[in-house]
Amino acid sequence: MVDVPYEATVDVPPAEVAEVELYHPKSWWTQYVFSQDAKVIAIQYSLTATAIGLVALVLSWLMRLQLGFPGTFSFIDASQYLQFITMHGMIMVIYLLTALFLGGFGNYLIPLMVGARDMVFPYVNMLSYWVYLLAVIVLASTFFVPGGPTGAGWTLYPPQAILSGTPGQDWGIILMLSSLILFIIGFTMGGLNYVVTVLQARTRGMTLMRLPLTVWGIFTATIMALLAFPALFVASVMMLFDRLLGTSFFMPALVEMGQQMKYGGGSPILFQHLFWFFGHPEVYIVALPAFGIVSDLISTHARKNIFGYRMMVWAIVAIGALSFIVWAHHMYVSGMHPHFGFFFATTTLIIAIPTAIKVYNWVLTLWRGDIHLTVPMLFALGFIITFVNGGLTGLFLGNVVVDVPLSDTMFVVAHFHMVMGVAPIMVVLGAIYHWYPKVTGRMLDDWMGKFHFWVTFLGAYLIFFPMHYLGLLGVPRRYHDIGEAAFITPSVHTLNAFMSVVALIVGLAQMVFLFNLVWSYFKGRPSGGNPWRATTLEWQTPETPPGHGNWGKELPVVYRWAYDYSVPGAKEDFIPQNQPPTTRAIQGAAT
Amino acid sequence: MSAIVLFMAVIAVIVGWWLSQQRLTAKPWLEEGSIDDFPGTGAMTVPAAKLGLGVFLAVATSLFALFISAYSMRMDMVDWRALPVPALLWFNTGVLVLSSVAMQWAYVSAQRNNMDGVIFGICAGGASAIIFLIGQLLAWRQLSAAGYFVASNPANSFFYMITAAHGLHLTGGLVALGRTTAKVWRGAEMPQLRLSVELCVIYWHFLLLVWLVVLGLLTGWTDDFVDICRRLLS
Repeated sequence: MVDVPYEATVDVPPAEVAEVELYHPKSWWTQYVFSQDAKVIAIQYSLTATAIGLVALVLSWLMRLQLGFPGTFSFIDASQYLQFITMHGMIMVIYLLTALFLGGFGNYLIPLMVGARDMVFPYVNMLSYWVYLLAVIVLASTFFVPGGPTGAGWTLYPPQAILSGTPGQDWGIILMLSSLILFIIGFTMGGLNYVVTVLQARTRGMTLMRLPLTVWGIFTATIMALLAFPALFVASVMMLFDRLLGTSFFMPALVEMGQQMKYGGGSPILFQHLFWFFGHPEVYIVALPAFGIVSDLISTHARKNIFGYRMMVWAIVAIGALSFIVWAHHMYVSGMHPHFGFFFATTTLIIAIPTAIKVYNWVLTLWRGDIHLTVPMLFALGFIITFVNGGLTGLFLGNVVVDVPLSDTMFVVAHFHMVMGVAPIMVVLGAIYHWYPKVTGRMLDDWMGKFHFWVTFLGAYLIFFPMHYLGLLGVPRRYHDIGEAAFITPSVHTLNAFMSVVALIVGLAQMVFLFNLVWSYFKGRPSGGNPWRATTLEWQTPETPPGHGNWGKELPVVYRWAYDYSVPGAKEDFIPQNQPPTTRAIQGAAT
Repeated sequence: MSAIVLFMAVIAVIVGWWLSQQRLTAKPWLEEGSIDDFPGTGAMTVPAAKLGLGVFLAVATSLFALFISAYSMRMDMVDWRALPVPALLWFNTGVLVLSSVAMQWAYVSAQRNNMDGVIFGICAGGASAIIFLIGQLLAWRQLSAAGYFVASNPANSFFYMITAAHGLHLTGGLVALGRTTAKVWRGAEMPQLRLSVELCVIYWHFLLLVWLVVLGLLTGWTDDFVDICRRLLS
């Protein structure tokens, strides 16, 4: 091996972009409110998602109060309980996680990480946020309409979703479906931006295989969301037709309160197919950005290149493709043909392979790394543990014979909270601790961060781990009051009360986090441009927080992949992606 | 769900083919410093708007494929009664074909720097698209006058819903076409105009294709074809 000067690339002229292409805000309103800058839109998305997410957090408190201490709180009746679970689920999955990962992190990180000045369609990007905000407002308004929000469960299964026995039959369900339709329209506008920006606005030298895994995750998830959300759109439109115009897409012949209804012949299973054709990719729409982000967090904070980068990319693509042919594993008890059950159980087990590859690679990245137990790293480690736990119970539920008895029990609730509730939230929180310095120029307080992590991580485990046991006993989900039954042992009540107390504590710990966000914005330690000594482009911006247009006069040029940490012989333990090589080791020259 | 799964398979092939051109087997950790060494792996050179339209067409196709999937699942139920096809739909189809031809005219004229041809093409294309939409509304009125209401049978419900979805997409196209016309009005130069016209033309042809598939399905002409496919699959 011989080191030779590598001058051919040193003089590469940086790519330049004509300034006229960039939109320049002219007033306070267009700079901070109706802004077309992806960074401002990202913050708007994140704040809105967090605000509506806090509503969902409070709803979970109310549910836990009822489950832990049934009969104590007279203001929570059975109808309200159903409304709480519905709104909690829908908000958390769609309006918080999807919006935060794609609208929030996607908008902030994609242009910066690929070396672009902004998204390619800034105006459409702005519209995307405002339509999303409208969807959130329509959703929140259901708390104040006659009859309240719908209590159909987050899956909104017909026929019960639009029958009078379900709370929110008047207005709640109509507004919920309208809000979903708006969300999908808004998301499609944003999604077009994320995809085209990655394809078209990458800076010079940024090949696909040099993209940070965060961008790979968000990019693939966006493509999946663009193709899967239409299924929810179609299902919502058809159900709105059933509810408002009296059609019978999903509604079979029914007798309600002794009255023959006007419906007849419809297929509730059709709705389930459409819903889960969206619903299962949705799990990975939330998970893939989390996979990508956590890869970058682990690599940066363990000062080691990600293990098996190529395999990580392939696994993301494979998961994205496979996730479209597993949807009916949510429908094992719907009475479908057993052969279908066999097919979907097989595909479900196959998708575990690329997922497991990713887990191994994270662990192998940590192996003999220089692990810094910073707050983002703690959350990343917390993610791996909760994700493995939730993934393993997913293998249980993916098998038809195991799923049938566990269906509609607390085991399912515990599984999906672990795998797509707690695990992605761990990544969201870790990512906020990681990128907050870039967004604000100040560090989040470390002590508060560690307190927040330990309470959240241990607390979430204490809530959801015992929940598996309740599920195995047969405790059903979505029950306002489980009452007295032979299989309800005293330990069920004790555990429920325990979990409720822990849930309140975990929720309160999030207030510490919110306080930290505000406090550090004013009083936090100034971070400088690259406090984590990271390689990716967003840390190399000339200003922190990045100015309008992200880069100075010239766009960065990328000379290397995103994971040059602890390179032997290098001066520092990281080499930024845009640092030109001065010498190059030519293998084989000496041999 | 076979229509949407088939569409997803097509998308998977396209994405797989494109990814296979992107050197996914490269070892990026060994390729320090190389820039522009591998043509075709950098950012795409297609205009962003065209790429965006392509992605949007994939989303719209997914939407219509899902409508068709739902349609074919629901039509197997016993209460399905196919509805008579208003003769007006033939006329509407003809008008939509004319609309596409006119838009193609505009596109060819734009390539040849013939501004008059562009103006004629987009005006004729827009006008015939509006006539198509009015025709669709009239077809709805004819059907409801004959007692085929939206809720009286699932076949009717699908007819109204899918034609409405198609009509709304065309209305969106008219907005884009309106903006292009406004550009012409303001005296934009041909190079600025060419891309706008091209995007409109692509979208018009796409909607014509969707309409032909939807028409074949709603009128039952494709039933034999669907039947053959089903037998092949089973």
